[in-house]
Amino acid sequence: MASTETASATVIEDIPRRPTILATLGAFSRENPLGACGGFIVIVMIVMAFFAPWLTSYDPTANDFGAMLAPPDGDHFLGTDQFGRDLLSRIIYGARTALLVGFVSSFVGCFLGLILGVTSAYFGGRFDLLFQRVMDVFMAFPLIILALAVVAIFGTGVQNVIIAITIPVIPRAARIVRASALAIREMPYVDAARANGFSHSRIIFRHMMPNVMAPFLIILTAQVGQAILIEASLSYLGLGVQEPIPAWGLMLRGGAQEYAESAPWVAIFPGLAITLAVFGFNLFGDALRDWLDPKMKT
Amino acid sequence: MQTAAAQGASAPLSDEAISARSATKSGRPILEIENLSVQFRSSHGLVRAVENVGYTVYPGEMVAIVGESGSGKSVSALTVMRLLAQTAEVTSGTVMFDGRDLLKLDNEEMRRIRGHHVSMIFQEPMTSLNPVLRIGLQIMEPLFIHLGMTEEAAKARAIELLTLVGITDPESRLEQYPHQLSGGMRQRVMIAIGLACDPKLLIADEPTTALDVTIQAQILELMKDLSRRLGIAVVIITHNLGIVARYADRVNVMYAARIVESGTAEDVFGNPRHPYARGLLSAVPRLDRGRAMRLQTIEGAPPNLLKPPEGCRFRPRCRFAIDKCVVSPPLVEVEQGHRAACHRSMELDKLEKLGADSHDAIGAAEITTSGPILQLQGVSKFFPIAGGFFKPAKLVRAVNKVTLDIAPGETLGLVGESGCGKSTLGRVVLRLDDPTDGKILFEGSDLANAGSDEMLAVRKKMQVIFQDPFSSLNPRMTVGDIIGEPMQVHKILPKDKIHDRVAELLSLVGLHGYMADRYPHQLSGGQRQRVGIARALSVNPKFIVCDEAVSALDVSIQGQVINLLEGLQQKLGLSYLFIAHDLAVVRHISHKVAVMYLGKIVEYAPADELFANPKHPYTQALLAAAPIPDPAIERTRPRRIITGELPSPLRPPPGCVFNPRCPIAVENCRKEIPELRNLAPMHWVACSEV
Repeated sequence: MASTETASATVIEDIPRRPTILATLGAFSRENPLGACGGFIVIVMIVMAFFAPWLTSYDPTANDFGAMLAPPDGDHFLGTDQFGRDLLSRIIYGARTALLVGFVSSFVGCFLGLILGVTSAYFGGRFDLLFQRVMDVFMAFPLIILALAVVAIFGTGVQNVIIAITIPVIPRAARIVRASALAIREMPYVDAARANGFSHSRIIFRHMMPNVMAPFLIILTAQVGQAILIEASLSYLGLGVQEPIPAWGLMLRGGAQEYAESAPWVAIFPGLAITLAVFGFNLFGDALRDWLDPKMKT
Repeated sequence: MQTAAAQGASAPLSDEAISARSATKSGRPILEIENLSVQFRSSHGLVRAVENVGYTVYPGEMVAIVGESGSGKSVSALTVMRLLAQTAEVTSGTVMFDGRDLLKLDNEEMRRIRGHHVSMIFQEPMTSLNPVLRIGLQIMEPLFIHLGMTEEAAKARAIELLTLVGITDPESRLEQYPHQLSGGMRQRVMIAIGLACDPKLLIADEPTTALDVTIQAQILELMKDLSRRLGIAVVIITHNLGIVARYADRVNVMYAARIVESGTAEDVFGNPRHPYARGLLSAVPRLDRGRAMRLQTIEGAPPNLLKPPEGCRFRPRCRFAIDKCVVSPPLVEVEQGHRAACHRSMELDKLEKLGADSHDAIGAAEITTSGPILQLQGVSKFFPIAGGFFKPAKLVRAVNKVTLDIAPGETLGLVGESGCGKSTLGRVVLRLDDPTDGKILFEGSDLANAGSDEMLAVRKKMQVIFQDPFSSLNPRMTVGDIIGEPMQVHKILPKDKIHDRVAELLSLVGLHGYMADRYPHQLSGGQRQRVGIARALSVNPKFIVCDEAVSALDVSIQGQVINLLEGLQQKLGLSYLFIAHDLAVVRHISHKVAVMYLGKIVEYAPADELFANPKHPYTQALLAAAPIPDPAIERTRPRRIITGELPSPLRPPPGCVFNPRCPIAVENCRKEIPELRNLAPMHWVACSEV
């Protein structure tokens, strides 16, 4: 029915109007209720991170030795840790760390992966072969081991954690993007661009990259959750973010071992925050994949 | 619409009259569709895909449903099988098959009819067979299910069926899987499956659209022959008017969900009574007509069925529309057994004569004497197929020593079946692929070894138009950006002037300036193809490779684009390398034609000479296989159907590549490779026996 969709060329015909953002969001949540839940969690996290100072009256780094290990009550909704720091405000501020690391590392990693993947697919042949083998070597290391190695070299701290997580993200993104880009490379419009004598970079950036956006977005959202988890793991192992910066993994490290029985809230709430965040990003990423995939085919 | 329905219902009388004329038909129709309406619910609204459609089919006859894509021709046939999608809803009508209304049967009863009494053959033989089952089992399955045959009986019947559809060595074929068969073979297997239970009705939905022209002829001859011999009624759904003219007894023309004309093939083709049918017939290029006339095309595009025009659906595109046409015309009898839905069907002859002087002849821009713009000298392109550890690497000779030349302002048509290397040759000329050997002289300089800087300069002078208007435009760019980009990259115009030039180019290809802000998915197929042409023109090229540039378009749109290409050639003095598999289109558009078979040029001559006086047996076979949309001519043409199929380019036959299929091959043809030789001035043939 494709050829009947528009009317005669002699009249200004109606073009199918783009649905508004609100309508798209509505359709998305109707089709993927779980994905919408994930999206909601993500939004809550972002709000927490942005408006942290307004959401809590406690300084997340201020010690209050009068209220050490206080259980959840009216003053401290989620209780305090062994230094008397308010857990709620540490979790809220911790969202900043988690999102900073999660977004920056997966954005940078996926974007580099996008460029490398499309370039590799475009040139093909020996370049592609060599490049893919290098990626294979990177992929051979489990994510966490690779991140550990990077931290061992560069040292700890937020900035280094970001680098440590970015590097293993690159080959994963590159591989997925390359698979889609291989199909795009065979499209006649890429041939048309070559026949027009466009430069390689123009074809890669202007003609191929916009057309692999769907898989790119999917891997991006999936990687944010992953990155948050790795950051928490590294911090828990003492190789990531350092005290006194509020970070969820770090809070677990301080609380879990010593106070598991006497003050369980010290470990439970940061643990919940990590779980919810990863859960939210993964649900949202999955739903996004279902949502974008059929559209890629048309 | 009610009136049309009433007329449709009163029609069987006239059909009876036709059947009385034909001795092969028994008195009772096997299939009678009356007043059928089907609608689909889509997210954009209600689509009435079929409206008040009715036709009858008698045993042993072949009835064609013709129409462009989206006209509802497939939906009407799928309704017979009750295979419509979930979103479809039959709102009215009856489908009487052998005395029973199929629409009233429950699912179990319907299941017993499908594949037993009514069979269906689909377009795509590649996907309609199950790839993991042996074809023997797939043929025997309906025999087990419907006839309860034993293993042995079914096997014997399967062998009989494969022999019937012309498959050699049937016993061993039973053990094969679909991927081991060629496209034509698979379609034969599909027909065998369809015939397995001795059906009374066979529905073929575009059965040969995916096949090459010589294979198409084989399959249709087979179907026609089987229908006659076994008395099976065949409904064939197609957009190809030539097929209809050659094979169909009766024709129903559909336009925008309605039947606009129906009658015997002779009546509908010889004396069409609906402006759409007339328009279609004059819009298709024909093998028996040269390039003297422009095609008379139907302007515009078929209507959007979400909001169809009021009254006659064809009114917005009709040259003869009058005020009365806002009322839907009923399908009425215009002569015995010939019905048309047009208020002015009786005046059409007179009206046509009045407008006849609008035929404009193609100008005298004939072959010029100046030197060629493009010369190919012994161009070859071999693809290595990597071997395994124990298998040696193989070489596919996709293009093998091709020598051609194209003069300025001239069109060279390159015809051949799929896999003959014609598209590869086009890509090599454009240097999208590098040639293995030979010289590509463009305006005297050799491109075969040109560096990227040299190529950059040449790329402005040569352009390409692709087959598929859906995938040849970047979906993420607006039409304006697509057309403007080459000018910007090559700095042909300053940035602020590009916008005006885009508007100019759009109007040159018959589109509107406001379309520059659209995205490709907001345009129809024909409009997209025009954007592709505008993009090619944006750098002011001298030479354009048209790779199947019109074959993905509907008949009426195809004519428009052909006219556009011809008009642009005259206006801008362009040269075309026109690659196509449709002989009629090539005949219409080309000055010179080269016929390609398995990587080699087998015949090369001026178009008129080649079509009037084909020398090479392959050219002759191709011409014989291509139908002409005129039953009167078709009935007098000799049937010379070439046997066999295109050999694998991995294992080309020794000697002349055509020898296994050639009717005049002699012993020597298996040994010696014939070179192109000059038979007459400008007529080259690669055959030692002519």
